[in-house]
Amino acid sequence: MRRDIFQAIADPTRRAIIALIALQAMTPNAIADNFNTTRQSVSKHLRILTECELVKQEQQGREIYYSLEIDKMKEIDQWLEQYRKIWETRFNQLDNVLSTIKKQKK
Amino acid sequence: MTNNLLFDFTVDKTKKTVYITREFDAELSLVWDAFTKQELLDQWLAPKPMTCKTKYQDFKVGGKRFYAMVSPEGQERWAIQEYTSITPKTNFKMYNAFADKDENPELHGSEWDHTFSEENGTTKVSISIYNESLERLERILDGFTQGMKMALSNLENLLTTLSKK
Repeated sequence: MRRDIFQAIADPTRRAIIALIALQAMTPNAIADNFNTTRQSVSKHLRILTECELVKQEQQGREIYYSLEIDKMKEIDQWLEQYRKIWETRFNQLDNVLSTIKKQKK
Repeated sequence: MTNNLLFDFTVDKTKKTVYITREFDAELSLVWDAFTKQELLDQWLAPKPMTCKTKYQDFKVGGKRFYAMVSPEGQERWAIQEYTSITPKTNFKMYNAFADKDENPELHGSEWDHTFSEENGTTKVSISIYNESLERLERILDGFTQGMKMALSNLENLLTTLSKK
């Protein structure tokens, strides 16, 4: 059964899993260690994410690693655009900090 | 606030490096402090609605800053920065790695290089961020996850609003 991407991200645990494996490929056990939930529940979420083609599995030795299917999520440039926006926000905040300090000095 | 301050953001995928240049309407020593003192860093480094908290900072070569980005829900994402080179008010370099709350760093990190210069009361900061693997560049950029999570939760809010109609 094909599912859609909105279903994948509708659940907070799945969003957290996406955030985790966006950082690095992880085994189901390593992922489950981050949650107060059963291994079975994490497996279910991983299955849904896999069906949505948001994550891919890779066999390494005896372990299966899950990683984020970047292409499916979004084009990399869109991701970088988000990163650029984060820096823009940061720097605007820094502008405010700097101008506050300058006023205090006067 | 509108301003004409330079903001340049480029990515060189082949060099696995992000280049960021920004000008600030403040004298160099103040901008230097904003990038190197924890009480100032904590005020701007986390894009809202995230907040930033520094557990400790030792700004010297070989010294570290251990800090977390905290989500509105209270979720903490810890990272360690180790200062590898400091030329006061000119340049500093550091190695940044995500970590758990007990200061155990993750394997791959990124190398940050900051250069400061001042002209006519405007301070320019040039930052380069080198990531050890392209995968990192694409996935682990500092704040990236939070940005994605925010975007996803914004999307979710939007979908919730739309579905109520």
